[in-house]
Parts: sequence; C-alpha cells; structure tokens
Amino acid sequence: MDFKFTEEQLMIRDTAEAFLAEFSGSAAVREQMAAQPAAYDAELWRRICTDMYWQAIHVPEQYGGLGLGYVELLAVLEPMGRHLLCSPFFATVCLAANALLVAADDRQKAEFLAQIAAGTTATLAWTGARGQWSVAGVEGVWSRSGEDFVLNGQWRFVPDGHSAQLLVIAAREAGSDGEDGISLFVLPADAPGLGREWLPAMDQTRPQARLSCRDVVVPARGLLGEAGRAAPLLGKTLDLASIALAAEQVGGAQRVLDMSVEYSRERVQFGRSIASFQAIKHKAADLLLKVESARSAASYAACIAGRALLGDAGDAELREAASVAKAWCSDAYFLTAGSAIQIHGGIGVTWEYDLQLYFKRSRSSEVLLGNGAQHRERIAAMLLD
Amino acid sequence: MQLNFSAENEQFRREIAGWLEANLCGEFEPLRGRGGPGDEHSYPEQRKAWERELAAGGWTCIGWPESYGGRDASIEQQVIFHEEYARAGGPGRMGHIGEGLLGPTLLAFGSEAQRQRYLPGIRNGTEYWCQGYSEPGAGSDLANVKTRARFDQQRGRWLFDGQKTWTSNALESDFCFVLARTEPGSSGHKGLGFFLLAMEQPGIEIRPIRQLTGTSEFNEVFFDAAECAAEDIVGDPGDGWKVAMGVLGFERGVSTLGQNLLFQNELDEIVRRAKANGAARDPVLRQRIADAHIGLRILRCNCLRMLSGNAADGTLSRESMIYKLYWSTWHRNLGKLAMDVLGPESEILEDGPYQLNRLQSMYLFTRADTIYGGTNQIQRNIIAERALGMPREPRG
Repeated sequence: MDFKFTEEQLMIRDTAEAFLAEFSGSAAVREQMAAQPAAYDAELWRRICTDMYWQAIHVPEQYGGLGLGYVELLAVLEPMGRHLLCSPFFATVCLAANALLVAADDRQKAEFLAQIAAGTTATLAWTGARGQWSVAGVEGVWSRSGEDFVLNGQWRFVPDGHSAQLLVIAAREAGSDGEDGISLFVLPADAPGLGREWLPAMDQTRPQARLSCRDVVVPARGLLGEAGRAAPLLGKTLDLASIALAAEQVGGAQRVLDMSVEYSRERVQFGRSIASFQAIKHKAADLLLKVESARSAASYAACIAGRALLGDAGDAELREAASVAKAWCSDAYFLTAGSAIQIHGGIGVTWEYDLQLYFKRSRSSEVLLGNGAQHRERIAAMLLD
Repeated sequence: MQLNFSAENEQFRREIAGWLEANLCGEFEPLRGRGGPGDEHSYPEQRKAWERELAAGGWTCIGWPESYGGRDASIEQQVIFHEEYARAGGPGRMGHIGEGLLGPTLLAFGSEAQRQRYLPGIRNGTEYWCQGYSEPGAGSDLANVKTRARFDQQRGRWLFDGQKTWTSNALESDFCFVLARTEPGSSGHKGLGFFLLAMEQPGIEIRPIRQLTGTSEFNEVFFDAAECAAEDIVGDPGDGWKVAMGVLGFERGVSTLGQNLLFQNELDEIVRRAKANGAARDPVLRQRIADAHIGLRILRCNCLRMLSGNAADGTLSRESMIYKLYWSTWHRNLGKLAMDVLGPESEILEDGPYQLNRLQSMYLFTRADTIYGGTNQIQRNIIAERALGMPREPRG
C-alpha cells in the first residue's frame, strides 16, 4: 500500500506540466478556440505523438505502446486539464484506444492501436440524439448484409467526431432496447455514406460533432467482440473514459483554485487584501477540501482502472470506482470554477480573463459521460436494488 | 501508486483477524460494537478487562518501539490492525488516549524516566489517561488556558488551580495530561507547561456533563491545589504549547482508518433500513445514500494518502489538513440522512426515559463532531492559512 505517485510517475507529471505550460498557454488555447469549424493544432499533436508519445502511454508494448499503467495516464491528464489542452487526445486515447483495448481481438489491436501509436486520431461514437450517455442510450442501428454489417442512424455529442480519422461506433440491432443488441465497430472516418458535422459548442476547447450513417458498410473484420453482445465492453470503455475525464477535471479544478487564491491575495478592498477576510478564506478552504478529495477519488479510480485492464478487477468494481470519481470530480470542478468567478468579482465574467474558459470546460466535462446525479444513481442501483 | 497491501502484510491481517475471532467472544461478546463515539460511557470495567486481554496478546501499542513493549509495526500494519479491529466490531478502546496521544508524546518529548514510569501502564492496559486541554474560556482559542501551575519549592511539587472541561472518560482515568500556565501573567502560547497528574487525589473534583443524548462522555474537572511531582512535567516550563501541538498531530494518526470502518458499519445499517422500509425507492434519498457512499470511499482514500504521504518531519500535508473538516462534515450529514431514511420512526425511542437506538444516538452525537478537536471554522482557518498561504487571523 503506497497511495501516492512514485518517483517515475512524478517525473511523468512534471514533464507533462512543463510541456503544456510551454505549448498550451492562454494564447495557444484561444487560437484553437477561434477556429471555425474547430480544428486542432496539427503541429502540437505531432509533438505530443513523437516527442512525448502520450497517445500510446497505456497501450501495451506488444501493440507499439509504452506499456505504462492507468496511473501514468492520470499523471498526464491532470496537467492537460490544468492547461485546457485543445487536442484530440481525450477522444483518441481515453475513448477510442480504451474501446480497442477492451473490445478488440489481437489482430485488431495490432492493426488499430498501432495506427493510434503512429499518430492517427480517433474517437468513440455511441450517444444518440437523445443524449443519454449510458450503454442503453445507443440509438444508431446495425444490421447484417451477408458477411458484412450495415450502419444507419444518428450519433450526437461525439468528441472530436468531425476530425477524427478512425471511428469506433456503437450501434444496436434494429428492434433491440436497453443493453441488448449492442455491437461495436471500428471503421475509417471516410467510409462511404458516413456524414460528419461539427456542432458549435459553448465550451470551445472540446469540439463535438454529429455523425450520420446511411447504409455504411463495415466488413466483418471491423466488428469488435461479438455481434449484439458488446454492452459490457462498451460499459467498461465508458467507465475507463469517465475515470480519465475525472483526472482531467482534477487538473482544471486545481488551476481555478490556484488562480483564485493568488488573485485574492493581490486584490485590495477596504484597505486589506480580500484573502484576509474569513468569507474568502473559508470559501477557499472548502474548495481545497473538494479538490484534494477529487484527487483522491481520481487516484483511487485510476488504480482500479489499471487493475481492470489487467483483468484483476471486476466490472462492478470498475463501475463503482468510475462513478465515485466522475460524480465527485464533476461536482467539485463545477463548484470550484463557479466559486472562482465569485472570488474574482467582475473580472471573472469577462471574455478576456481565462477563468471563463475553465468555467465552460467544467460544465462541458460535467455533462460528458454523465453528471454527478447520473453517477450517483448508478451507485444507488448497486447499493439498493 | 497502489492500493494493495503486500503478501506479508496480508498475512499480518489474517493473524490479527484470527486472534480477534478467537478472543473477542465469551465474556467479551457483549462489547462488540460498543463504546464508540457517543457510547463511550458504556461497560467501562469490561472494556478495561478487554484492554488487558488485548495487551496479553501483544495487540496494544503495536506502533511503539519494541523496547517499550510495542511491535514496531509499520504504518501499513497499523492500518490493517485498526481495519480488522473495527471489522470485528472491537469495542471502543478505553486506552486510546494513552496509546494514541500520550504515548507518542512521551516518546517524542518525554524523559526516559517518564517513559519508564508511564508507558508500561498504557501498554499493559492497567493505567488509563484523559486529556486536560479545553477550559470554559479556552475552546477554539486553546492558547487562552487559565489553569495555573505553580511550583512549591518547599515541598518540591507542582500545584494546580483552575478548571478543565470536555474531558472524556475522566471518571475512568487514572491520569490526566494537563496544559497549564506556569508563568503568571503570561498569555497565549507562551508560559505554558505540559503536566502529568494522577486523578485520584483530594485536589481534583470531577462533574459529568450530560449531553443532548442524555448520556455523559464528557466531564468538567476542577483543580483546587491539585498536585504532581516535580518531574511530572514534559519538557520545560514554557514548552507546553509545543508539546500540546505535537499531541494534536498524533490525533490525525492511523486510528482514523478504524473510524472509517465504524462509519461503514453505520452506512451499511442505513442501507439495510432503507431497503426494508421502502426509502430505497425514493429518488432523493437514493441520491443522498449514494453520496454518502461516495463520500466514505473518498474519506478512506484521503486517509490512505495522508498515511502514505506525510513528511518525515511531521509537518502536515494538505490531505492531513482537510481530514478533520472532511470526516466531521460527512459524518454529521450521515446522521441527518439516517433520520430521513427512518422517517417518522426516527422520532420514536426504543424505551423510556431516553433510550436512543444506535442511529438516533449517532445522529445527535455527530453534532459534536464538527466542534470537538477543532471546530470546522477553526479547521478552515488552518487550511486557508497553512495550506493556501492566506493571511492569518488578527489576534485580539
């Protein structure tokens, strides 16, 4: 039992922090935000993939990755959240690569994880137009055509869906509902019949898209797992992604707390720094409690995620850990970002000041993969039903 | 970073679990789950017998050095001990003030003679301790203690006049460690001493305080020319604050993990009651029960981080500083949740005149959690000032 970063993990985190401080500063983030439709900085992605190799950090070495664990992934995600990194990293690694790690066979892993390791961007599409994040929320439909599969329908709120080069798509058998009939497919984004549309979003640092399939043909080798029985695989993928997002949320929450404390010490009213008022001190103390606890929750969940990927932790244990982390970190980040605006006063609601970017990211991160209430209900179902 | 214990430590876990199963039975069976917070007044004599049983098995003071009767147990092993103890329903430890607070204090600040005199009684479960810190005018502002200690040159003894309050288990204790003012006219942190007093003496009077639960864990302790020997001061006159603050650091030790398992037992009971009475179908209560589960999971993780990460020099890490505020607030909310799950039944007592059930007692007593050991407001000051570097409160 040693529930803290090792020296090596600290080094990974500090290296990420230094890299992102240089390449994901305020100016860089704002330049990305302004792009219409949203586009990522290809040069920055190239640096991440060649200099840092983060896109393959937790991919096993046999598939071209670094073979590190989920805690190491957490160690780079926290700085990414701290610096509002605009990048296809989350979609590629935390959604698509996790789906492949969980659902693909050896041949598929060798092919597609190697593509990701080489810098191909990817994402996972599962949510339908109704916007339910759960496995049961899959609306797009698959059917068979000889040996092949055919996809039809709409996917919405797909992170980086308009720009990803490789897609993992969840669909359900026509007429099925709930967790029945779910299949996972992997296909290139330029497959004939596949439409992609960027959705302008309130948070401009994490683009979303709508995908539509009209008789898109996926050959049998693009099926991940068993047809119609992929619900547990998709569920596990979403749990892993939720844990990754929680780690990112910790970084963002820590940053807005740091900004608030720093600002309150400089800002003088009534002849004293506002940091000397208990009204501010106690608010900041409550926020630190939320942020440090968020770090504990994400760290715990990352340990469980690592074991789950090795087969040492069961699906229920992973589900519980994911919901603990996502529920707490979502609420903590939103609370911290909102309180940060209050501590900053008027400047906090301006476009020029970066706090608004974190406030918006905290909200989009809360929504993505299910908010606190939804994850609490998952825990309640485990405890009470 | 990992949550697992080594195979060697898991073997240690089986050893203590096996010992508890074999020994926490027979005459000790009724003590299971008793004597915790809010119930500290129950079965004192039987619980002292249980302490001696533990001591005979070598299961008291396991974190102390072997030379003083401990096992030199690692932090992990102490964590395991407290987890298994709570899991087995081990009764609230009568000896915890001596083992957890005074012992480490004497090991850190005491003289060899003091260790030789006082540690064996704690180790063997034959001598019990209480804490003499708070006074009517020194609660959150602990440095405002007024109890006077003066040295009688002729008799070569320290004499005490004044009053302590909120002293747990004073009636069951053989000794009290007392923070008192050695320098007349001094104020604040300066001019204090840290003393070791026998409770059985003419100059000490104890009056129980009846709490909102109807029970009395706490007491007032009055000193009227109470005394102790010249050598029963820890450190020098004037060192009292430093020694007393050291004790508060030990309070955030490994025993907190055992507390987490007591909390788990309480939450499990709430879940059982919710399933039985239909509260489990109420969407709002479902959210709150899940929130309690999440909060407790994180409490344990905060605790493991605190134990994994504390600096060797004893300075408190951020996770240590948030710990009291976190658990006290979580536990107080759990009390309210328990009552809301029970619904109208929550108002009905087990028996007259004021026989509370376990959840009712917990609900009422948790209102003290956010006060004793540093109020939530004091905790927030500490966090803001020490963890976040915000300006200190002006002193009056």
